[in-house]
Amino acid sequence: MTHDQSFTNQKFKVVGTRVNRPDGVDKVTGRAKYGADATAPGQLVGLFLRSPHAHARIKKIDTSKAEKLKGVKAVITSADLPDHTNGALLDKLTNCMARDRVLYDGHAVAAVAAIDRQTAKKALKLIKVSYEVLPHVTDVDEAMKPGAPIVQPGTKTRGVDPKPTKDSNVAGVSTFGHGDLDAGFKEADVIIEKSYKTEQTHQGYIEPHACLASVGPDGSGELWVTTQGHYTYRTDCAALLGMDLAKLKVTSSEIGGGFGGKTHVWIEPIALALSRKANRPVKAVMTREEVFKASGPTCSTSMDIKIGVKKDGTITAGSAHIRYQDGAFPFIWGQLGAMTAFACYDLKNVQAVGYDVLVNRPKVAAYRAPSAPMAAFGVESTMDLLAEAIGMDPVELRIKNAAKEGTKASYGPTYGPIGIGPTLEAAKNHPHMKTKLKKNQGRGMACGFWFNFGGQTCTDINIGSDGTVNLSLGTVDVGGSRASMSLICAEELGIPYEQVKANVADTSSLGHNDTTEGSRGTFSSGMATIFAAREAIEELKNRAAQMWDIPVEEIEWIDGEARAVGQQHDNLPPLTLKEIAAKAAGTGGPIAGHNEVVADGAGVSFASHICDVEVDPETGGTKVVRYTVIQDAGKAIHPDYVEGQFQGGAAQGIGWALNEEYIYGEDGTLQNAGFLDYRIPVCSDLPFIDTQILEIPNPNHPYGIRGVGETSIVPPLAAIGNAVSNAAGVRMTHVPMSPPRILKAIEDAGA
Amino acid sequence: MRYEAPTTTKEAATLLAKENGEACVLAGGTDLLVRMKMGLSEPDLIVDIKHIPAMQEIKISASGTKIGAAVSGTRLGDNKALKKAWPGVVEATNLIGSDQVQGRCTMVGNLCNASPAADSVPAMIAAGAKAVVVGPKKRRTVTVENIVTGPGQTSLEKGEVIESITLPKRSGKSGDAYLRFIPRTEMDIAVVSAGVNLTLEKGVVKTARVCLGAVAPTAVLVPDAAKAIIGTKLDKAALESLAAACSAACNPIDDKRGTVEYRTKVAGVLGRRAAEIAFKRAGGSK
Amino acid sequence: MTGVLVDTTVNGDAVQFACPTDETLLDSLRDRVGLTGVKEGCGTGDCGACSITLDGQLVCSCLVLGVEANGSEIGTVEGLADSESLHPLQEQFINHAALQCGICTPGFLVAAKALLDKNKDPSEEQIRYALAGNLCRCTGYDKIVRAVQAAAKDLRKKKK
Repeated sequence: MTHDQSFTNQKFKVVGTRVNRPDGVDKVTGRAKYGADATAPGQLVGLFLRSPHAHARIKKIDTSKAEKLKGVKAVITSADLPDHTNGALLDKLTNCMARDRVLYDGHAVAAVAAIDRQTAKKALKLIKVSYEVLPHVTDVDEAMKPGAPIVQPGTKTRGVDPKPTKDSNVAGVSTFGHGDLDAGFKEADVIIEKSYKTEQTHQGYIEPHACLASVGPDGSGELWVTTQGHYTYRTDCAALLGMDLAKLKVTSSEIGGGFGGKTHVWIEPIALALSRKANRPVKAVMTREEVFKASGPTCSTSMDIKIGVKKDGTITAGSAHIRYQDGAFPFIWGQLGAMTAFACYDLKNVQAVGYDVLVNRPKVAAYRAPSAPMAAFGVESTMDLLAEAIGMDPVELRIKNAAKEGTKASYGPTYGPIGIGPTLEAAKNHPHMKTKLKKNQGRGMACGFWFNFGGQTCTDINIGSDGTVNLSLGTVDVGGSRASMSLICAEELGIPYEQVKANVADTSSLGHNDTTEGSRGTFSSGMATIFAAREAIEELKNRAAQMWDIPVEEIEWIDGEARAVGQQHDNLPPLTLKEIAAKAAGTGGPIAGHNEVVADGAGVSFASHICDVEVDPETGGTKVVRYTVIQDAGKAIHPDYVEGQFQGGAAQGIGWALNEEYIYGEDGTLQNAGFLDYRIPVCSDLPFIDTQILEIPNPNHPYGIRGVGETSIVPPLAAIGNAVSNAAGVRMTHVPMSPPRILKAIEDAGA
Repeated sequence: MRYEAPTTTKEAATLLAKENGEACVLAGGTDLLVRMKMGLSEPDLIVDIKHIPAMQEIKISASGTKIGAAVSGTRLGDNKALKKAWPGVVEATNLIGSDQVQGRCTMVGNLCNASPAADSVPAMIAAGAKAVVVGPKKRRTVTVENIVTGPGQTSLEKGEVIESITLPKRSGKSGDAYLRFIPRTEMDIAVVSAGVNLTLEKGVVKTARVCLGAVAPTAVLVPDAAKAIIGTKLDKAALESLAAACSAACNPIDDKRGTVEYRTKVAGVLGRRAAEIAFKRAGGSK
Repeated sequence: MTGVLVDTTVNGDAVQFACPTDETLLDSLRDRVGLTGVKEGCGTGDCGACSITLDGQLVCSCLVLGVEANGSEIGTVEGLADSESLHPLQEQFINHAALQCGICTPGFLVAAKALLDKNKDPSEEQIRYALAGNLCRCTGYDKIVRAVQAAAKDLRKKKK
């Protein structure tokens, strides 16, 4: 669809200001209600029994003793969960509750609902599961070796020719690129070929998965849940339980962080099944240990990167083979990684191959620009090695090869106006680049890319009789979007921000909205809000026409009021939105605006990060001394929350780069399922994180919005890697760069 | 589960002795409640010792310092005289967890949890600390290094509870220090740690005790490391020899927090650095 | 449920609840007293989302038994604001956009208040270390530290 391009250049009145968020008071007073904060009369406590094995056949589950325990109202196993989807959602169902086999440490095998936690805990202990332990594999490279235990029998590698006949843990191979690699590498003066590894990380949202489920014998149900996409949860839960969509009302609670991890169903269908069986509401809340073991972390990877360059800095060819560990169920993480690997650059000859590999670990979910940070670690580390090899400044090398408007991207499309060049120029000129480093400190920089997405969106605007406006959104507010949408609504209607109250509607009150993922919230709900507001304005003009008894064509909407145009109407004073709203009952009833849209044209996003890191050469300990994020946001609707996304993403990337990792034992069980040993950055680990917002408008959005949530996690792994390598004097190739890894690298280099 | 909050140590010991099931002492609860949450501990009886006045005292006298078993890290840190006399012991205890944890955790709890990585333990052992152990019938005094026998294991008999820790009288020019290595700046368990306590005479190290944490099943007193610096002004050679002795004393494991290689190397680095701080605190100069 | 009766003062009001002896104070406050502003992020003292004050001392309520609170004074995020207005920390958290998802916010506010009660003019480093027991995954802590600095300034002005 086409949009009025002039909006990208318009002067905004409220958009771009730093107003206070509408949910602020609730959140600082403890009144805001999250997933675990709702209660219902007669509610039961739902708890899960989980596998202690990485891979095992379930021979028998005996629930009889648990069922007989006083206070137990329902016990569920996979026997209670027939597949209603003809196999379409069988992976999801199997992940929620193991069927014939458990596929990872923490995989659910049974669930109970009881009158209180103590009783439910006792009941779990009374469930007897007989397992036949099977060989397991948790490492991505091991899983690809011949003879590795097959995680999902029947899996044949997709995307290779000829079609394989043997089962494999490689679920798919995805290849992107163009040009002639061999010819390109022949042209190169220097070729760097290097292998890298990144470990598995978790989104680490502070709020565990939680829901309150209630299903009656009439087949109607309600679900209160912490989620990034309550419509998606409705679709999945209804399908898995054989319910009608319209009869399941899903309300999204305040969400205590998601970052991609709350885009899938985990405990929710089971809580609904327990409730249906017990005919009572069931509250289910994951423990932190369950969150780590049995929700959806991101992939670990292993990769080989090869890039060739001429002495003048022109890259002649780039190739990447990146192996993504998907956990026990296949998805397209390898494909996404291959698409993003070289997206920052204008390359004649390029090929990126992504592999989706199954192992005995939890099903991988999205984590902020999923798959991109790992690929960027490999490519951007190699870029620094190339710069060093030809004696060129790393920023200059990137500027020389940066993609621009008209570049054919390595993953296919031709770019419109994009921000990689401007972020690099800004990095080059940033004061950060000019500060002197102290002893044992190193500076690094790196770039990152993310697609951003649009998708199905639907928004309602309802104007009250006093002229205040209810804005009903269907995209879950994960980072302040109610403030941004209120700004957009106020901008369009020409009224003060305070006159708008935004809320996230439940699935019964508003049409389908895709999940808040892919940095789509502000882009797509912003678009729907603009169009809904414009529809409301048309109606406001109609009402003014009635009140004045003049043709609607002779009315303009300016600064929140209807103005009659032309000399014949000189005596008509303007009618404000409030005045029109007050008369609505007599002019046709409630005034509203609606919009349903598939928001196309999300603008791609680029960032360049700079960081300084100090390394203790005797312990391998690190300290991030300074960090700067420069990113193209398109129009920044609420700069505070754009900066917040930049800073939050950078902090997550820093944690990933330095200390966060899933550690599996020889037995295939997770060794560090808690915040003690899964080490996310604490307040004293980080400096202030400087931000610079660039606003290169997205021509496909009325306000020029792109999407800002994800790109900021893409560069940090490589930026930190480059800084640590410069500080320690040795190239780091394994993320996280934990102190033992750094010290070993220093010692190996010295030996 | 029974919860009891006795007001004398004897009463506490008797309750613990009489319980046939799993009986646990609750001081700050920062380890016990975690174990209960993880399902690793399901006590039948919990004896809360915080209501016992003798366990809440900090007494500094001519003969030494006595710290009650229920004194929290925060209270320890707020005691200026104690901080001045034993900065290493106090800083080690204050490194345990966050401010929130400091409000509850205790040195004795840290000791009895019997983790090889406990922060306060190497500092206490280096300080020559002793534990006053009270049973239903008798009380005894045990050096701190003889309390922990292995990971999660102590030499305390059923019914015995530690009432207090005593630190010896400080003579003249003395200083102690504790350092640990953690990947983050806070909130981590020590990957490796070192406590050093020394006294000077005419600027030369006269006595010293060096103790390492997280490099063996229990904290390790390293007499060779002490020997390496006794009689020196902590010159470079002495420090290198101390570091080598520390590394030689290590018997660590590979686990989620560190490797054998890493712990062995860094034990020497930390021992050396802690010795330098202790030396400076004792008024030493090179 | 076999429970014991616990008498406490919560945010200045007398509160009595009954709980099993092995229940944490966090669960008692949330499930029995109804103060759901106290959050569970980990249940093991690592995230600080359940921070409260117990007799004036900052603690993780997940590491305290409900029965231990007998006779104690408890302070939670729900008691920070007075009837007229928000606490300066609450105001500055909103002004500085120091929260995104907000799940960690109650714990941060309680911990930051405990810090400012003891130290009127903390340095950036003191703030960062005092709040190290509170995990935030959204903000990178930048705007949180700035909000605490601004609130400290407001409180110092108020005193004058």
